[in-house]
Amino acid sequence: MEPFLQTLIAGILLGGLYSLIGIGMTLILGVMKIINLTHGQLMMVAMYITFWLFSIFKLDPYLSLFIAPPLLFLFGMGLQKFLIDPVLKVESILPHNQVILTVGIGMVLQNLATIFFTSDYRSTPVSYATDAWYLSDVWKTAPIELSLSFSWTISFCIAVAITIMLWYFLAKTDTGKSIRATAQDLDAAMLMGVNVNMMRMITFGIGSAMVAASGCLFIPIYYLFPALGSQFTLIAFVITILGGMGSTMGAIIGGLILGVFESVTATYVGMGWAPAGRFVVFIAALVFLPGGVASLLKRHAIRKSK
Amino acid sequence: MSLLNVDNVSIFFGGLAAVSNVSFDVEKGEILAIIGPNGAGKTTLFNIVNGFYAPSKGKVSFNGEVISGLKPHQICRRGLARTFQVVKPLQRMSVLDNVIASSFLRCDTKAKAEAVSREVLQFTGLTEDADIISKGLPLGKRKRLEIARALATGPELILLDESFAGLNPAELDVSIEIIRGIKARGITIMIIEHHMKVIMAISDRIVVLNHGQKIAAGLPAEVASNPTVVEAYLGAEH
Amino acid sequence: MKRYFPIIVLAVLCVLPLVGLNTYLMHIVILSVMWAVCGMAWNLLGGYCGQVSFGHAAFFGTGAYCSGILAMKFKISAWYGFLLSVPLNVAVALSMGLIVLRLRGPYFVLATLAIGEVFRIFAENVVDLTNGNLGIMIERTWVEKTQFYYIVLGLGLLAYAVVKFITESRWGYYFVAIREDQDAAESLGINTTLYKTIALTVSAVLTGFAGSFYMVYMGYIDPQIVFSLGEISILMIMVVMVGGVATFWGPTVGAVIMVILAELIRSIPRVGVAYQTLFGILLIVIIIYLPNGLVGDFPKIRRMFQRGAA
Repeated sequence: MEPFLQTLIAGILLGGLYSLIGIGMTLILGVMKIINLTHGQLMMVAMYITFWLFSIFKLDPYLSLFIAPPLLFLFGMGLQKFLIDPVLKVESILPHNQVILTVGIGMVLQNLATIFFTSDYRSTPVSYATDAWYLSDVWKTAPIELSLSFSWTISFCIAVAITIMLWYFLAKTDTGKSIRATAQDLDAAMLMGVNVNMMRMITFGIGSAMVAASGCLFIPIYYLFPALGSQFTLIAFVITILGGMGSTMGAIIGGLILGVFESVTATYVGMGWAPAGRFVVFIAALVFLPGGVASLLKRHAIRKSK
Repeated sequence: MSLLNVDNVSIFFGGLAAVSNVSFDVEKGEILAIIGPNGAGKTTLFNIVNGFYAPSKGKVSFNGEVISGLKPHQICRRGLARTFQVVKPLQRMSVLDNVIASSFLRCDTKAKAEAVSREVLQFTGLTEDADIISKGLPLGKRKRLEIARALATGPELILLDESFAGLNPAELDVSIEIIRGIKARGITIMIIEHHMKVIMAISDRIVVLNHGQKIAAGLPAEVASNPTVVEAYLGAEH
Repeated sequence: MKRYFPIIVLAVLCVLPLVGLNTYLMHIVILSVMWAVCGMAWNLLGGYCGQVSFGHAAFFGTGAYCSGILAMKFKISAWYGFLLSVPLNVAVALSMGLIVLRLRGPYFVLATLAIGEVFRIFAENVVDLTNGNLGIMIERTWVEKTQFYYIVLGLGLLAYAVVKFITESRWGYYFVAIREDQDAAESLGINTTLYKTIALTVSAVLTGFAGSFYMVYMGYIDPQIVFSLGEISILMIMVVMVGGVATFWGPTVGAVIMVILAELIRSIPRVGVAYQTLFGILLIVIIIYLPNGLVGDFPKIRRMFQRGAA
């Protein structure tokens, strides 16, 4: 029981961070209808920014949240404007040119990181890295012992806060509404006077900033190396598929499911199999739940309204 | 026995009935027109008959065999071809190759397929355009290419979805001649059309849909004077 | 002239070893032909049938491990891997097809990518069968390159003949019809699922041959090499994109260019480490300026040069 609960807690905390990664991807997918296969590499870039800020200026990784995401926001807008947007207009036989393009961008980023920062594993050894709260601290006679890592918990809470902020932005602000309009119906949005190109740029920027924020939250509890980029790109799209393409709520649930599932696989099957478990979830979602969690939510909503 | 029998067919999308309890027959050799205001469920009905959607209730039979639930390609093989309202040419193939891809359904060799295709192109007046990449074709000819492709599959029944929309008067006359020609070949036609002049000129019978339901059926003259139909088209005040 | 072009190319290729190329050049030629086989195989599914696969490493790796495991575990010649790879890759393609071929567009891309990765992780973790990350090392049949060259050339001819035969037949028309518009194809009586499965299976078997060849030729494989997303799956796409999507000669041209480029870049000191960057930039440039590859956009290139000269 005890290991299981501990695994569950670890899974939920991990899932919260995964959700944040997934939201960025699904947002880009919803608005631009392309899969951003350089998503994890953007996260890696943000993590290196955070790492160097920590190493040189002793800046706490969590404070990098005010630096790395804005930088990645600009970087993402630039990628959209100068590389992805031109390709949308190029006529070609292969239908997935933009996807392949993002693969190319990812290759460049990952390789440049290897050249400049070597493929060494890096981490930010913060003073509170091993701090944790224990159940026995608050409940002396507890029958089981559970721990809650300090930095995992902080990261999780910040991830939740960012998600709520994003929700507020999309639901309440004019720009957010325009972005949602663009995602729902491009032509209609254009007719209503939405500057669609601008919205695309902003969306890609926000998506990049979101994943950059995940990077800042991950680095205190994880380590960093260039190939981490492609690993997280895969995670991001598994979440996206699991959640249902373009659905924010789906991405949150998808992230949590994946987090718990990986945590359970790592504990009970073996560390090496955790990535395989990821893909089993992914393929199962494709086969049994083609619309992802979002389709279940929708079905539920329809049943309720009847 | 009628060629096509649509029996009490309904389909629901997320709880909404796009087509509900529609029944009618198509007799061999006739031209049956399906008319109705926008959103009446005409194209959805075609998609059911052609196999893109399986009906939620009811069934469709063709030549006495139930075809609802089969896939489009199986239905096409049984002799039921269609065109699309929003034309779907195989963009980067030449006009001839477009038609050859369809005529392979009933031909085993490429030579035969090409011969059939050339004949169909001749029939639809596209011979001169045979080598043009179909993306570059003007709309009027693309609509005819849709018909040519459907014909090349050797159908008994052909479903034409707004093959006249957006044509200029000259093209309209050409297309009317083509449709008459198809009928003369003994192919039965079911057509969706908005152009009332065309409908009155070519159809043998008309079925009227509104809000997914059949509200009238009969000879063109009967339908034109039917008060329910007039109301559906022009609104209740008239 | 154009009619004799393939024959001339074949004749040149046949006498190539007689010219007395050194071992290194022969190695490059062999790799080029091997990649051409991969490119042609990918092109059949991706270029003609329009199903962009990011997971062809699954077939390549399966082929390679067929040879490797036969030699290592069963102590029989690795060459039997070619035979074994056929039923195995057909099985892999059919089961993969069950999952991915119902999907369209980006879903398809992602599903193939995921399956490719599953194969890699599988090979890394089923140590008893695959030796895991240690990889498999086998003795090479010949020290000389010439024999290997004629074998890979045979594979190249096979791939070329298969692609040529298929694309000019009914299947070829159906593949392109599916690429251009699946709904239209389906309603014109084309069993799209069946023909996509055929394209996938043929493509898988050809790719598997290339994989088996890689094992017997290189003598060493590990999961990160033969099931690699970047070095196999994506490189296969690049070979086709650089050469020309849905063209006969595109994959061959692309293979030659990519192999030479890879060797050149890797051999320059200090630049070598950046080869992925350069490949990435090349990919980006190709997608933006020559989306149909060197062969597909050849008229465009010629125009560009003529304008430059005038």
